[in-house]
Order: sequence, then C-alpha cells, then structure tokens
Amino acid sequence: MDDSILLAHGSGGKLSHELVEKKFLPFLANPALNRLDDSAVFEASGRMAFTTDGYVVNPIFFPGGDIGKLAVCGTVNDLAMNGASPLYLSLSAIIEEGFLLSDLERIMQSIKKAAEEAEVSIIAGDTKVVNRGQADKLFITTSGVGTIPTGVDISGANARAGDKVLLSGTIGDHGMAIMSQREGLKFSMTLESDCAPLNKLVSQMLEVSSRIHCLRDPTRGGLATTLNELARQSNVGIAIEETRIPVKEEVRAACELLGLDPLYVANEGKLVAIVDPADADKILARMRRNTYGREAAIIGKITKEHRGKVAMKTKLGPSRIVDMLTGELLPRIC
Amino acid sequence: MKFIDEYQDSKLARGLARKIARCSTKTIRLMEFCGGHTHAILRYGIRQLVPKTVEMRSGPGCPVCVTATIDLDKAIALAHLPDVIITTFGDMIRVPGSYSSLQKAKAEGADVRIVYSTIDAVEIARANPEKPVIFIGIGFETTAPTIAASILNAQQEKIENFYVLSLSKLTPPVMKALLDSGELKLDGIVCPGHVSVIIGSHPYEFIPRDYRVACVIAGFEPLDILLCIDKLVEQMEKGEPKVEIAYPRGVKPEGNRKARQLMEDVFEVGEANWRGIGVVPQSGLRIRKRYERFDADKAFSVSLKPSKEPEGCRCGDVIRGTVTPLECKLFRKVCTPERPIGPCMVSSEGACAAYYQYGTAEDL
Repeated sequence: MDDSILLAHGSGGKLSHELVEKKFLPFLANPALNRLDDSAVFEASGRMAFTTDGYVVNPIFFPGGDIGKLAVCGTVNDLAMNGASPLYLSLSAIIEEGFLLSDLERIMQSIKKAAEEAEVSIIAGDTKVVNRGQADKLFITTSGVGTIPTGVDISGANARAGDKVLLSGTIGDHGMAIMSQREGLKFSMTLESDCAPLNKLVSQMLEVSSRIHCLRDPTRGGLATTLNELARQSNVGIAIEETRIPVKEEVRAACELLGLDPLYVANEGKLVAIVDPADADKILARMRRNTYGREAAIIGKITKEHRGKVAMKTKLGPSRIVDMLTGELLPRIC
Repeated sequence: MKFIDEYQDSKLARGLARKIARCSTKTIRLMEFCGGHTHAILRYGIRQLVPKTVEMRSGPGCPVCVTATIDLDKAIALAHLPDVIITTFGDMIRVPGSYSSLQKAKAEGADVRIVYSTIDAVEIARANPEKPVIFIGIGFETTAPTIAASILNAQQEKIENFYVLSLSKLTPPVMKALLDSGELKLDGIVCPGHVSVIIGSHPYEFIPRDYRVACVIAGFEPLDILLCIDKLVEQMEKGEPKVEIAYPRGVKPEGNRKARQLMEDVFEVGEANWRGIGVVPQSGLRIRKRYERFDADKAFSVSLKPSKEPEGCRCGDVIRGTVTPLECKLFRKVCTPERPIGPCMVSSEGACAAYYQYGTAEDL
C-alpha cells in the first residue's frame, strides 16, 4: 500500500477492500461490523434516541484531540444530552485524494480510544475518496443510537422557574485551542481542547437524581448560545452570574487579546444541566467526582421574568443581556 | 495575565462609582469616542453604575462604521477584478455597500480572505506572486503603522503584487469636525486608549483650550473607564477642562515615536470621507508618491455607480452621537446582526451591535 490515499481507494475494488481491512477494521472490530454485511443488525428495546452530526474541523489535529475523537465524542454527547446511554455508532469518512495513510491511522487510533472510553461500538461504516480540492483532507459523519432508561425525560423544553443552572467546567477551551492553531493566528499556549465523552458523567448524575430537566452541550456558539436556546425552548428566563462561570486563565488571556468573549467560544466536553433546586447540590457533588465535572459549578437559575432571554450579573454588579452568537467569531481590529 | 482581575475588581468599581455619584452635581454629556469603549461600557453595565447626571454617547471610533459607502463600493469592485485577491479585516466583509458586500462578492466567486494582521496579507501576496493582492487598509492611528510596515516590508522583500487601498483615518481632526459642527453639546470626551498609545496626549490639547471640553484617555477595562469618567466629572465640576491620561500603563504623553515615524514615512495627510460626517480635511492618510506602486487607487481603475445609503438607516447619526441606536426606527426590528442594514450593526466595535448584544437595563 502506498503512503497516501488514491482515488482508487474509493473505487469499490481491490484497493477499497484493502483500505477497509487494513485501516478501518483493525481499529473498530466488533461482531456486528466484522460480518461486513450491507447493514449492521442489533437487538434493542424500549425508548431510543438517534442522532447524526458531520465533522469538518480545521485543523484536523489539534491540541487535546483530532477530528476522529471529536466525531465519536460529539455524537455520544448528543445522545447523552437526552439522557440516553449510547450503544452503537456509524461512521462515514469522506477522504480527499492524497491524504496521508499515516494520518488516517492516527485518527483511527484515536477513534478506537474514544469509542472504548465511551463504551460504544461502531457497527456500520462507509468510505469515499474525492478528488483533490473537493474536500478539505477528511470529513467524518457519525450517527448514533442509544437507549433511554425508564423514567428519564430530559428535554430543552423542560426548564421551570426556580430550577438551578449547572455547568460542568471551564468554558472556551476547545475553541481557543483550535484558534491557537489556525493559519494566520498561531500563538503558543498550553491549552488543550476539552473534547471528551460525557455519557458516563450523565449516567452518574442520573443515578443521584431523577429531577434533571434539561441537558445540553454548549458546542458551537458557546455557553451563551446554548442558554439562549434553552430559554426560548422552555419559554423561561435564565439569570446567570459572571463570577460563577469558570474560565481558564489562558482562555481569558487569549480572548482578551483577540477581543473575543469566552461565553461564545465552543466547547466539546462540557454540559449545561438545568435541575430541580432541591437536587442541585447533590448533583453538583456527584459531577465534581467525575474527571469531566471536576470544576462544575452552579452558575445561575431559571426565572419567570424576561422569558426567552438570558441575563447576566456582570462582575461589577449590574445585569445585562447575553444574546446568541451571530455570524462568526472574529477578532477585533482596533 | 493577573492584571485582568485587578482592572475588573467589583469592590473598587463600586467604590469609584460611589465617588463619581458624590462628586457629580452638574448634568454633563460625555462621548466615548471609541467603539471598544462603548462595548466595554455595555458589557459590564457601567451605564447603570454612573449617576443620572452623567450622560454617555457613542462616537465615531469604529473603523468599519466610518468607512464611507463609496469606499466600500470601491473595495467590492476591486474584488470583482479578474485574479485579484482581496485581504481584509473580518468585520468589513459583512458590511452592506450600495449594491453588494464583500461577502456577497465572495459567494459570487471573488477571492476575499480575512486576515488578522497586515503581515498575513503580505504573506498571501508572497505565496501568490501571479495574482494582485489588495489589502483594504481601514483603521485609525492604531492600525496605520502596521499598514505602513506592511508596505515597507513588501518593498524590502521586492513583493511586486501587494497593494493597499488606503482608507486610514485620523482621530483628532474628526473630533475637531464634530466640535465645530456644534450639533451635539459635549462636556467631555473619553479619548481612545489604543490610538493614544501611538499619538500620545498632546494632539488633544486644542480641545480643552479651544472648546472647553474635557479630555481623558482611557483603557478598556471597566476600572479604566470608571477612572476616566471620574476624572472627567471632576474636571467639569471644577470648570477646569484639560487633557489627562487615565491609562498610564499604556499611554505616554509623547506617544510612540517609532510607530509615528513609520506612518509619516509611508503616508501623507489628506482629506478623508467619513460615513455620516462627510469629507473632513486633514483627517486621512494617503500613500506617499515614493510608495505609489503599492497604492491600489493608482494601480487599478474601477468604474463605480453612484453610491447610495440604505433607506432609513441612521448609522451616520449614531456615528456623530446625535442619536443613540435605540432612536433608530430600524434598530432590532429590521436591522439585526444577522441582517444588518448599516455598518454599526455589523462591526464588533459598532454602537448598534453593542446595544443589540448587551441590551440596556430596560430590556430586562
């Protein structure tokens, strides 16, 4: 096998088979996938959750992860945000001609590791190769199914006045780690993406409380956008306090430098939980015992006032609106 | 980065706010020149901390906002020339021109690239020697030295395909134009922090002397701004307007001589066209004759249809501080960050964007 992907690798012929056998199967092996039938067959019962997401991150390798880890964690987390226990994933890769096989191997290795950590199996897959320039190196799409335990009813529409708003840790790590690697903006910092599977954290939270009303992972658009979505979906107001939101020093420094607001910067390993006030402390304590919830905090509450809007008490005391992200995050010029 | 905490300390801020409230007896109107200040003021809720006697208005200090529509039309026309690569700071691409925007031009196939510094624009020119690369040179005294440096850099490295559309503008002359118009009675100006790092405090001295308006240079952290307001209130209570620096960690009275030399070497002062204000003499920077081969205005000719302003848009009035964004009929109803009608809603330094994003006490 040569050292880079050729169009022939996507032709469906010999090279395609070789690619699947040498570069995909060794990392993903499981009974359902190994049969190599046209579709994977599995048993399931009860309420299920189903989701899909495409991953086109640039650069594909970044501090703390890569596109493979992101593709597994992202879909696992989307399932977990409805309280589902993820079971199976499918993975479809669109590879640009000329992509290095050694890079593909690195990515498959990290997919394997992430899937093992999340305890999910990738039971269906597909590979396509496109001409140079028709895709940017590698695009991955994953879909996932999971089962929802009886009695669990988590939705963005379930927030009620009086509920507490919990955040599982520091915000902005992923977005700033990516931005630090972008062409034209390289700066060196020790920051790593927070990309992580959160399904175990969620199941631990569900073990201590059945009164978790909403869960959401604040990915693109950041915490501000997620809170606005929840305020609108539940038709409630959300009041948060700036001083309670954990932000890493280096994220804050980089944001100040570029004129960005950490509230709008993406996360890939954080969740927002809106829970019954009576259970908030209990859930917080359980979150803090998980690696991915160590810095969890109660950042605010749900109100009857300013429905559909998010208000934040600033560091200086007064409150202001926190709006959704509009357009792209662009550094200031002046 | 420990300094952020100290300049955002809430106890100190409230103490300062109480002091301002105690001192302030006269009703005064201040203008924060810089869009960065407008954003910080709304982001931290500083309006709610200062007493009702102190009115704050936003000024023209947003480079994207003050770019005249005709100049934007020219940038868009340049983008449509064959093989040209346009490089620009991010916000510019979303501002609607008379008929299109750089963003639309890009969608139609023009090569428009966002850069974070002028150095990147030169790099793109180096990497694409067969294509003309034009940098849309907007900004004030803060960015002008870096644009000058990029031209010198291109000259030194014999990069033949790098051009600048020079739209740089100067701060003190436009302050003079605003004060001369007499349209808005001002008592004090929150002078720009980053601009003053370059020009120092001396260029503002004519303002207290000739117009009896107080001038205090401020940084961009909440305490910097409160300290500045405190000094402005104190000056006007005493009736002794003068120029003060409330940002001594960044600004020296003499400014940054080296940066100014770069500017003076590459640019000469001429008139500039400001949105909402019009042509202001001595307020713009043109590329000097000896560097004219880098001047996009001389190297390319484009034919432009007459420019037109969006109907009902009051960005011009917002820029002059004669109205607040809330007084514009389009604000929030028709004009939003997703579908901006005027530049003040687009730019991250625009007053309308700040009012929209952070809201005011009445919105809660």
